[in-house]
Amino acid sequence: MAGKDGNTLGTRAIQIGFLVAVGLVWWALAANRMVTPLFLPHPEAVWRAFARLVSGGQFWSAVGVTLTSIVQAYGIAVVCGLAVGYLVSRSRYSTRLFEPLIAACFAVPITLFFPIFILVFGIGPASKVAYGAVYGFFPVALNTIAGFSGVGAHYVKAARSMGASRAQMFRHVLLPAAFPVVVTGLRISFFICFASVLGGEAISSASGVGNNIAHAAELMEPARMFAWIVFVIVTAIILNMVVSHVESRGREH
Amino acid sequence: MSIADHSTMRPRAPARRIGAFFDGPGGIVRARLALIVVAILALEVYARLFANPTFFPPLTEVARSLFDTVLADPQIRGAVADAIWQITIAYGLSIAVGLGLGLAVGWTSFGRRATFPIVLLLYAIPQVVLLPLFVLVFGLGAGSKIAFGFSHGVFPILVNVVAGMRNVNQLYVRGAQSMGANRIDLFRHVIFPHMVPSFFAGLRLGMTMTLLGVILAELYVSTQGIGYFTKVFAETMDPAPLYAIILLLAAIAITFNEIVRIAERRFTRWQA
Repeated sequence: MAGKDGNTLGTRAIQIGFLVAVGLVWWALAANRMVTPLFLPHPEAVWRAFARLVSGGQFWSAVGVTLTSIVQAYGIAVVCGLAVGYLVSRSRYSTRLFEPLIAACFAVPITLFFPIFILVFGIGPASKVAYGAVYGFFPVALNTIAGFSGVGAHYVKAARSMGASRAQMFRHVLLPAAFPVVVTGLRISFFICFASVLGGEAISSASGVGNNIAHAAELMEPARMFAWIVFVIVTAIILNMVVSHVESRGREH
Repeated sequence: MSIADHSTMRPRAPARRIGAFFDGPGGIVRARLALIVVAILALEVYARLFANPTFFPPLTEVARSLFDTVLADPQIRGAVADAIWQITIAYGLSIAVGLGLGLAVGWTSFGRRATFPIVLLLYAIPQVVLLPLFVLVFGLGAGSKIAFGFSHGVFPILVNVVAGMRNVNQLYVRGAQSMGANRIDLFRHVIFPHMVPSFFAGLRLGMTMTLLGVILAELYVSTQGIGYFTKVFAETMDPAPLYAIILLLAAIAITFNEIVRIAERRFTRWQA
């Protein structure tokens, strides 16, 4: 629907203008010291801090710790979420029994339980992995249930009457019908794992990107803190664009 | 039950299986409750017999320390009351700004196409990396928690207001305008009724996110408020009050969610 949501020259100009304006306002405020450099350091200072970070050895080790935690948390969340979601969706009864319970758990902010993760798993990466995995489990499980239980009964009946085996039923009927919903759950879960691991590291940790941001804030080193923040935000936005591009390409096929 | 319950008065077939108790529309609720009871009992037995008591206290212990330690301590009570206030204020701000900005963004098609991608771009930022900055700017007190809760809560509301306005049939808008409706009439009688489902979906998600933002900031600031007490209980290896304060806050979070859901049911009833 290009007419309803598409971009024209005018809308693109406003979007680019917004980004340029944000950059200019940041520059102007920082250059004239209208905001204390503690809250808003000069972009050049941030750039220099970033260059120092990357050339130092700690940058990649912190990124490595965080990335490993995210991948582990996401892996656990996906495997458990798909397995639980698929099993629950197998009968109408178990769907109606378990789905509201899982949805109710997800409505409670799981962040509340973060101190328990620290208590049990310590302040190392394991607590962040467990926390991210638990948080990321829910969207995968809920969307897997929604996807598989939403497959039209007439498709299932038609396939069965044509003599489809269990494997054929799964491969040709259930999976294609459930796939788009499941993929949405996988996407949401990834960004939840991403934010959970970083948040957990910021709150209580000894290493990782989140810890580095919190540490820079405690030491009142705003340039280094902003360098990390901008790095994470740019990474997240690029990831987001890649994922939505892949998803929309997948939908077209 | 003073009124005779006719379903129990009906003679029952003697050979019904136990599973029948969990069948039917009421049965599913009974089954769900039974599952919760079983889970609580299993946790209790596990904690009493197998678990390490420094990590996993029995729920009965947790319940006792909820009354003996958590609710009896005026400082903890104060911290919890502060959190409730922070959530309320942050959520109120989220609704006001989310609705206002949403209307501004969604009012014209050009405005929406030009500015909505900017909103979505900002929404995609993992805000948790800004938490140390929020605390630096707004301080250790209520300010940073309200601000962080607001920054989480406002986006889902804003996005859903815009999405809801997009679904309003332009024919109705033009019809109302041709009958002389001004902007306020248009909003009150045409746009708002159409965006109610989407708006309330945003309010629900906005509440979840506001809770997340406030709690994240509460836990991050470990020198005062709830974060201080969770840190103390965790460090002194005193898990029962830690679990108690967490479960108390979870109950508060559920209450906030339920208030929004009740409001949603009330306002969307006419549609069903």
